[in-house]
Amino acid sequence: MPAKRIKKTPMLERNAKLRATDFMEVNEGYSKAAAAFEAERCLRCQDPICVAGCPVHIPIPEFIHEIAAGNMPRAAEILRSANPLPAVCGRVCPQEDQCEKVCHMAKRFKPVGIGYLERYVADWERAQPKSEDAKKPTRSQRIAVVGAGPAGLVCAGDLARLGYPVTIYEGLHAPGGVLRYGIPEFRLPNEILDWEIDQLRALGVEIVCNVVVGKTLQLDDLFDKMGYSAVFIGTGAGLPKFLGIPGENFNGVYSANEFLTRINLMQSYKFPETDTPLYIGKRVAVIGAGNTAMDAIRSALRVGAEKGMSIYRRSQKEMTARVEEYHHALEEGVEFHWLTNPIEIIGNDKGMVTGVKCARMELGKQDESGRARPIPIKGSEFVIPLDNIVLSLGNSPNPLLVNNTPGLEKNKHGCLIMKNDTPQTSKKWVYAGGDAVTGAATVILAAGAGKDAAAAIHKDLSEVVV
Amino acid sequence: MPKIIEKRVLTPITKMFRFDAPMIASAARPGQFVILRVREGGERIPLTIADFDAKSGVVTIVVQEVGVTSRILGAHKVGDNILDVLGPLGEPAHIPPGGHVVGIGGGFGSAALWCLMRELKERGDRTTVILGARHDHLLLLIDELREVCDNLELCTDDGSVGFKGLVTERLQQLMDGPGKPDHVIAIGPMPMMRAIANTTRDTGIATQVSMDPLMIDGTGMCGCCRVSVGDDVKFACVDGPLFDAAKVDFDEAVKRNKMYVKEEKLAAERQQKIMEEATHAS
Repeated sequence: MPAKRIKKTPMLERNAKLRATDFMEVNEGYSKAAAAFEAERCLRCQDPICVAGCPVHIPIPEFIHEIAAGNMPRAAEILRSANPLPAVCGRVCPQEDQCEKVCHMAKRFKPVGIGYLERYVADWERAQPKSEDAKKPTRSQRIAVVGAGPAGLVCAGDLARLGYPVTIYEGLHAPGGVLRYGIPEFRLPNEILDWEIDQLRALGVEIVCNVVVGKTLQLDDLFDKMGYSAVFIGTGAGLPKFLGIPGENFNGVYSANEFLTRINLMQSYKFPETDTPLYIGKRVAVIGAGNTAMDAIRSALRVGAEKGMSIYRRSQKEMTARVEEYHHALEEGVEFHWLTNPIEIIGNDKGMVTGVKCARMELGKQDESGRARPIPIKGSEFVIPLDNIVLSLGNSPNPLLVNNTPGLEKNKHGCLIMKNDTPQTSKKWVYAGGDAVTGAATVILAAGAGKDAAAAIHKDLSEVVV
Repeated sequence: MPKIIEKRVLTPITKMFRFDAPMIASAARPGQFVILRVREGGERIPLTIADFDAKSGVVTIVVQEVGVTSRILGAHKVGDNILDVLGPLGEPAHIPPGGHVVGIGGGFGSAALWCLMRELKERGDRTTVILGARHDHLLLLIDELREVCDNLELCTDDGSVGFKGLVTERLQQLMDGPGKPDHVIAIGPMPMMRAIANTTRDTGIATQVSMDPLMIDGTGMCGCCRVSVGDDVKFACVDGPLFDAAKVDFDEAVKRNKMYVKEEKLAAERQQKIMEEATHAS
């Protein structure tokens, strides 16, 4: 009989003061007992709407039941069959907006800790001795994947499991995409990403770094010169937005992408042991209040900022960061300036940023995003003195590939246009998924799109008369 | 990992490398660059492609030892591999055909003119190259460049060879004479490029400069390489590196390049010490 405990079994977190000085993971994971205890809370509903709430439809009650029954290998098998990146998604998915939001337990009590349990299973699996030897492909049609981010990794993994020889082409010197350059190690340690990527390599997936398709190779070359049968594009949303206000090019003003890339991909916090420097002053503000903004400002504290703040033109209600990330940021000392809109970045004659001029805002009627539109209050301008500003205003799809590829169509937001909501682009045998199609979204949506595309590629290739 | 097949010491701190990189060699166009990394934990630095040959799959770069990465690369030998090389990146040079093109190279910037001037000469443009340096022994690739242009002009500050004076003065003479240029393309240190921009401003001579800001990814993802060009903010890695000289905000560009001067110096000195100690030990 499932236990109807009201509260979610808490996950241990490292002390906020201690953790805010290093890049080790904040959440410590469930113990075996805590996981079993939490798994008992699942009601095993006849109608498991949590599954519908999950973008990749993980059979949630089933894997949780196996945890409760102590059958971890089966739990891992069920989980991995639906989500090829469980250790990643168990850490970075916004479960409170997905599976846990619709959980029946949430109606009267707190939802089952589905995300925590997913993470527990994935971490258990990672601790087991390796069983899979490198697989050899069983099919002759070769497939190229462009971009080693979450969409590309998942698509490649599914295709390799189906027996296709798969090559991923990645522009940076290390695979992972936003999981590598964007999400900091205190939320997603590199060793977990490396382990997931090793799993793909064990499946026979080949990863070639330092190749930008659209520059080093053209998309058509993949077919005409290199003989691939199909191509999946998972180039993500890696074009940072700027405010377009005066002073954005002062030194010490970073896009969140630059700031996080210096820290995560280039490991600049170890400078001069590593070679990429990062300038960080005492007072740092991030413009924006999404998950990336929280990642950036919490990273700023870890690399030496004394004061970290988030400046957001809307109110706390409209903030897009996960509640957990917001709370972690608060605990670590981040200040929030709601209804505050930057109108000019101020600097000195050496070109260094010294502050930001802001206007106070009030909320008006709903805008096209469905959120209350912020309106400036006249005469409310004031200056916040700062040493660094990190702009976290969102990203558009990177236009490099689509701009260099005839026949590949994009919409006015730069997103790839797909054929009737299928994973197929306007170009024959070219598929796509993730942020390149949707604009900046979540890891799990990208993973889901990668899975769907792999299935579509397999179906279409199976219909070809050889 | 691309393997180095040839190394030439051009000056004590300027080295030329030719390495195997067939994909880059067959995709490259004049004006483009590569980003490379020389060790784990290393930084990503952009370097202009001096020359490339699709047939042999070989790419040529010239590096001046100023920072950590360039020092380490400079110590590479024939047969060594370069850890990561990504390219070709950026937009190739676009120069309308049929005119008189003057390419101006300052310091190791002259390397970047090599493949560009050859292509322009081969398609039938009239080509002049002006090279400038403090002394004659700092002028690079003179023989190579003489081969790929109609007219090679050398300028030195001390008059040790060629014209005694600045490249801008020689350019001004050309502009005043019968061989007036239609296009100028200047690659070199920022003060030189700024001076060229001021020389041709308001003359109607289309002038491009090759900007060399700090970069990380080189694919438009980080925005570190922002350059103000007229009313626009451009990313040098994907929109450049060549921009209309008259519109570039050099003041801003100079300041942005100084962002990490202190850290770069510290890291370079640290590396120098490590390398010297290694030499003594062996």
